[in-house]
Amino acid sequence: MIEVSNLTKSFRVSTREAGFKNAVRALIKRKYEYIQALSGISFRIADGEMVGYIGPNGAGKSTTIKIMCGILTPDSGECEICGRIPWKERTRHVRDIGVVFGQRSQLWWDVPVIDSFELLRDIYKVEHSAYRKTLDELTQLLNLNRLLKTPTRNLSLGQRMRCEIAASLIHSPKVLFLDEPTIGLDAVSKIAVREFIKERNRNSGTTVILTTHDMQDIEALTERILLIGRGRILLDGNMRELKQRFSRHKKIAVAYAGSLSSDMLSNCDGITVREEKMGRALIVLDSNLLTVSEVIEMLSKTVDIKDISVEGVTAEEMVVELYKAYRI
Amino acid sequence: MKLYGKFFLINLQSQMQYKVSFFLTIAGQFLASISTFLSLLFIFSRFPEIKGFTLNQVLLCFAVVQMAFSFAECFARGFDRFPSMISNGEFDRVMVRPRSAIFQIMAYKMEFARLGRFFQSLCMLIYAMIACGVFWSLSKLAVLFLMIICGSIIITGLFLVYAGLTFFTVEGLEFMNILTDGGREFGRYPFSVYGKEVLKFLTYVVPLALYQYYPLMYLLGKSDKILYGFLPPIGTLFILPCFAFWRFGLHRYKSTGS
Repeated sequence: MIEVSNLTKSFRVSTREAGFKNAVRALIKRKYEYIQALSGISFRIADGEMVGYIGPNGAGKSTTIKIMCGILTPDSGECEICGRIPWKERTRHVRDIGVVFGQRSQLWWDVPVIDSFELLRDIYKVEHSAYRKTLDELTQLLNLNRLLKTPTRNLSLGQRMRCEIAASLIHSPKVLFLDEPTIGLDAVSKIAVREFIKERNRNSGTTVILTTHDMQDIEALTERILLIGRGRILLDGNMRELKQRFSRHKKIAVAYAGSLSSDMLSNCDGITVREEKMGRALIVLDSNLLTVSEVIEMLSKTVDIKDISVEGVTAEEMVVELYKAYRI
Repeated sequence: MKLYGKFFLINLQSQMQYKVSFFLTIAGQFLASISTFLSLLFIFSRFPEIKGFTLNQVLLCFAVVQMAFSFAECFARGFDRFPSMISNGEFDRVMVRPRSAIFQIMAYKMEFARLGRFFQSLCMLIYAMIACGVFWSLSKLAVLFLMIICGSIIITGLFLVYAGLTFFTVEGLEFMNILTDGGREFGRYPFSVYGKEVLKFLTYVVPLALYQYYPLMYLLGKSDKILYGFLPPIGTLFILPCFAFWRFGLHRYKSTGS
């Protein structure tokens, strides 16, 4: 159980204008600016949930995660994870959590992966028998067999990420924080990583908190998303409901023979023609005003439809809409 | 402690991966400290003694300081890398592991290459012990031992302050080097040669003299206060405020964006 209420955090950063003169001035007298990274964040995550934590760069995602991991102390507000306050009982708390920072490795660079794992086992004081069992399981699920004896520096990014995820699970944490776990991975590795996370959440009941800019991750993994912007939680909702809310607009891609009078279509309320050339058109309709079948009917009256596809919004577009709606 | 051993091994393994570099740095360190030794010889070839200390007595002092330093460096030099640990986010990783941050930083990087300096100072110590004409009673040996061990603890305290400062500013830490690396360079001579004010500073503010100057006076028979032999352990109390300072800084840790 994770409970966060009214977290605030601000940072002091020094600022100066560009140019040498100002650099000298800054040397003597420095101007500081306070940046409010979090201004009252509250949410609650139940055990075994999988939550996508999204927001643009600089919205306060990392800061929240770092507070939840016990790295940062907030200015005010409360946070309790598995009954503990992260920054007060750091060493006890971090035993229960696993953290993957997508852009930073936790493995020792020059030694074989297995050595890193063993060191982690000792750091977390994992029983040998439990370690063996976990390791076998992880090796099998993430297909690590060949990688264990390779030094980390010789692994490809995809291979390394699999090892990173395994490394963060060696102590069987209750909560797993994933910070951009699929950044820079190829399609195959991405899918492998996603599958594993899903599996882990389902079978071991690990609570997963995922921050990412990759909306496919969110779409594939999470039911619930938390949207943060300008230091506040703007939205806390179910992925499906959100999609419905934003699926008012549908895209119809059509290939046809004959001539389409785009004027006719454009004059119709609820239809916008985005592209039209060489017998292909992309039409966006507002489903509050028109139904898909009405549009198809209208099209089939004027042209000979060769191919047609109807799409709702993608998660990507939805997020862009969301950002727009909340002006972040 | 067992875990420290594991870290030790993994560090050793990593550094051994680059064999040539490993041995070259050891050799380089050895030669570098030989050169400071030579500069000492040159000075004494002009002056028979400095403020009442002969070459061999200064050598003893120098060897003790070097030994204490290379111990401290070998184990606690991780603090030296601390600013970069903060700026590359490595420290966040440390914080999400269930061990004390200090332990992990100390274990993070061990400087085996500093062993070169260690061997050099060991040779020098043995030579100086024989040449300085002190009768090595058991109590004097004990004092010598305390000087080295407590010295490295006091120096570790300085490293700790250095690291603690990085929580407040990442720039301008150079002045701390006056105390850390400078402590070693100046420590070649008994601190009294720099004058009373410096000695006072190094007694009451940064107690480097407590492991160097005072017990040395006792060893060399320039003072018969046995109390001086007990000053090094007292000096180690210095680590407490250092530790408190570190804790204070840690609380203000800001991390870096990612």
